[in-house]
Amino acid sequence: MSIETKVIELEEVSIRFSGDSGDGMQLTGTLFSDTSSLLGNDISTFPDYPSEIRAPQGTVAGVSGFQIQFGNKKVSTPGDLAHVLVAMNPAAVKANAKFMMPGGTIFYDSDSFNQKNFEKAKFKTEDPFTELNLLDYNKVPVPITQLTREALKDLEIDNKSILRSKNMFALGLICWVFSRPLDYIEKYLTKKFGKKELVLESNLRVLHAGYNYAWNLQHMTPRYVVHPAPIEKGLYRNVNGNYATAWGLLAAAEKAGLELFIGSYPITPATEVLQALAERKDLGVKSFQAEDEIAGICTSIGAAFAGDLAVTSTSGPGFALKSEALGLSVMAELPLVVVNVQRGGPSTGLPTKTEQSDLLQTLYGRNGESPVVVVAASTPSDCFHYAYMSAKIALERMVPVVLLTDGFLGNGTEPWKVPKMAELPSITPRIAKDASKFQPYQRDPQTLAREWAFPGMDGFQHRIGGLEKDPSGNVSHDPANHQLMSEIRRDKVDRVVDMIPDLELLGEDSGDLLVVGWGGTLGHLDTAVREMHANGTKLSLAHFNYIKPLPANTAAVFSRFKNIVVCELNLGQFVGYLRDKLPEFKYHQFNKVQGLPFTIHELKDNFLKLMEE
Amino acid sequence: MPETLNYTLKDFKSENEVRWCPGCGDHAVLNGIQKAMANLGIRHEDFAVISGIGCSSRFPYYMSTFGFHTIHGRAAAIASGVKCANPKLTVWEITGDGDALAIGGNHFIHCIRRNIDLNIILFNNKIYGLTKGQYSPTTDRGFVTKTSPMGTIEDPFVPGRLVLGAGGTFFARCVDNNLKHSQEVFEEAAKFKGTSVVEVLQNCVIFNDGIHEAISDPKTREEHQIFLKHGEPMIFGNDRDKGLILDKGKLRVVKISEGGVKPEDILIHDTTDEDGFLHQSLISMKLPDFPVAMGVIRAVPSKVYDQAMEEQIAEAKSKSRISSVDQLLSSGNTWTVE
Repeated sequence: MSIETKVIELEEVSIRFSGDSGDGMQLTGTLFSDTSSLLGNDISTFPDYPSEIRAPQGTVAGVSGFQIQFGNKKVSTPGDLAHVLVAMNPAAVKANAKFMMPGGTIFYDSDSFNQKNFEKAKFKTEDPFTELNLLDYNKVPVPITQLTREALKDLEIDNKSILRSKNMFALGLICWVFSRPLDYIEKYLTKKFGKKELVLESNLRVLHAGYNYAWNLQHMTPRYVVHPAPIEKGLYRNVNGNYATAWGLLAAAEKAGLELFIGSYPITPATEVLQALAERKDLGVKSFQAEDEIAGICTSIGAAFAGDLAVTSTSGPGFALKSEALGLSVMAELPLVVVNVQRGGPSTGLPTKTEQSDLLQTLYGRNGESPVVVVAASTPSDCFHYAYMSAKIALERMVPVVLLTDGFLGNGTEPWKVPKMAELPSITPRIAKDASKFQPYQRDPQTLAREWAFPGMDGFQHRIGGLEKDPSGNVSHDPANHQLMSEIRRDKVDRVVDMIPDLELLGEDSGDLLVVGWGGTLGHLDTAVREMHANGTKLSLAHFNYIKPLPANTAAVFSRFKNIVVCELNLGQFVGYLRDKLPEFKYHQFNKVQGLPFTIHELKDNFLKLMEE
Repeated sequence: MPETLNYTLKDFKSENEVRWCPGCGDHAVLNGIQKAMANLGIRHEDFAVISGIGCSSRFPYYMSTFGFHTIHGRAAAIASGVKCANPKLTVWEITGDGDALAIGGNHFIHCIRRNIDLNIILFNNKIYGLTKGQYSPTTDRGFVTKTSPMGTIEDPFVPGRLVLGAGGTFFARCVDNNLKHSQEVFEEAAKFKGTSVVEVLQNCVIFNDGIHEAISDPKTREEHQIFLKHGEPMIFGNDRDKGLILDKGKLRVVKISEGGVKPEDILIHDTTDEDGFLHQSLISMKLPDFPVAMGVIRAVPSKVYDQAMEEQIAEAKSKSRISSVDQLLSSGNTWTVE
């Protein structure tokens, strides 16, 4: 006898995996995402984890989450609210109740719903769902711990290892619910644990146990089907922003015919950029884990002086420590890429949460008149492109470039159509050729970029440094020379405008409301504007990837709209910069500093209100 | 056939006017390093001189090599980047007691720990000269300066001990007014593979004149300094009649042929002794009980960071199936949308 299962077809669905930070939720989420990509869904993911590696078990502070949205059309965000929550303990329910779609489904490990864990999660009663007012939700208790134990009872493994494979049960279960085959996950586990037979066997068994359990009890829950998304033909892979950044820099080095040097210091959420490059010694990467943030940038400046494509990666607090040295690279006019994967600040702030609050620090946070080029990536995969372009600008214009990404982009993944090196724009470093005419601060009259000559190049011996120089490279304290050189350094950055594309609009060419954003908020702003458009609301989006200099047509675009609202995850940094640069326009602003991305819902609300005014 | 390079000191002088105070010890060190460079048989364009901030850090401007005058304390980190980016270069770092041991202390010890092949010339004048006379991390306790009007209340670093503590493989000492000896030491430092630290006892004629005089005065030089050479007995004195022995685990000055001391009792200097105990004792010797140790005190061949970095890259390249970015991007978990 079989029971008819209700199958629901959805355009997109959002799932949140949630448990203790030791429960393996990040891996569970990643494997589910990869499986969905392979099935042809578009995806967007968002790991949401605490800064403590293993906060006290069972507490709300220790909850680690991973949200994925996948769909049969373009998916630009991990979803405001989850349709389905997988909760490994009561704390996970408490931490995630606010991220649940009304009426959604909650699968939870009923074995962990006991007095001890209620207390740890600071529930006052023994009925967490009532306490959290989650009565209208579809709650599915699954004795995950007990079933995992049962599946492994004839294997000789310890209790700790048994508990560690609970996440595979949850993964198997969710795979059935969302009609995902297990073959990719099986392949992954075989590759990972191939040599540890017992570990492999136990993980596979538990995975299947979860899948079969859901199949057997299919009357309890609807089954969802999300069809593949129509996607451009080509070779795809999933990538997160940190890897895309690292690979963009590698691509730039290869294109420019240079070796890549990264001097860096581990810092959340940027560490993975250093790791991704350290993995690539086969491509000649010189990765140097420095003693501190300052040495990270300083070793890179040394490498730039010596003729490498030099980069350093960090997050806000580390960027602050690098300020003085960044000024040196401004003064020495050396090519350098600084990647700042922004997180919540100030000070240590919210290390694992996302924010866009380092913009002003990046633009202005140095002594003296110290302009740098500022570029911002806007999706996990376009970190590749903007890292590549940052390197191109640095090498062709002999200027430091700061690439701003953020924790949301760095950790978030999406499918990415892999580019071919041959399709990428050329990069021509300004390596000096004629020793008889070389002077360190002699410039291209158009771009104002100086030439690059490094140790080992016969006849080009010269001295540079942090002291003000005259054009021939000699130290100069002459007042007029300092003004001249300051203006040249400013103009050199401004003239990068000829390398950057015009600002493009989503939506109408002109109208009542222009939504302005920059960097990592693109997915949310784009979705909100598209959805409102689809409902007949006329508004447009202008999203910035080049912050300094601004695209040449910025004022022309702004002038065609009655109202402009600048949305950003800080208290108004880009809007302040725009008020300074383009004071002729009136700007509204919409800001959020909660360590979280925007939600589509709050954006739409805000835009509607502005349009009604 | 390698080309013969007949450089002289002049080949390493830049056109810039040297602007240190007349009588400053830096002038002599500049000459010593230029002479040493001329003798090394290394192509001119393969030298890079990196400095931090301080009087001595103006050094690169007076050299005709590639030079980079950087920021306070960071020369060790910047020089590390230069050397790792291009290990073929001969990289010199010019620094002072404030630059290397105060604001740049972290980079100094970690550079030494890694054993990157740099030649660090540490000018020690026990004072901040460029900011006009404040105490430094090597200033003696109780010393009165502009920022210690009642005398300092902190003990100084002994640079050589710091080098040893950081796992240093090469340490040497010389005095600014002994040009010939300094030049020899600089050449030894340059030839050594690994981080070579040379402490130069240097006189600041304006803010700390005579601070090393008891050691450096040529008239008492032979009595107050001991010139150590690998494989040779530790003998000093105008009449070369004094030596060092180990007595109950400690160094002791003895007169040869007195009290039953035979020439063969005198310690033989071994720069390659990995265990730093004796080197530490030699570094710590001070007047009046001991002569101050000069020359190459420690030179222990060890694994060199920049070489190891090159080796790892070569190994990874030979083993990996990925040799281009196109291959990298299409490797691993990919799928094709038809």
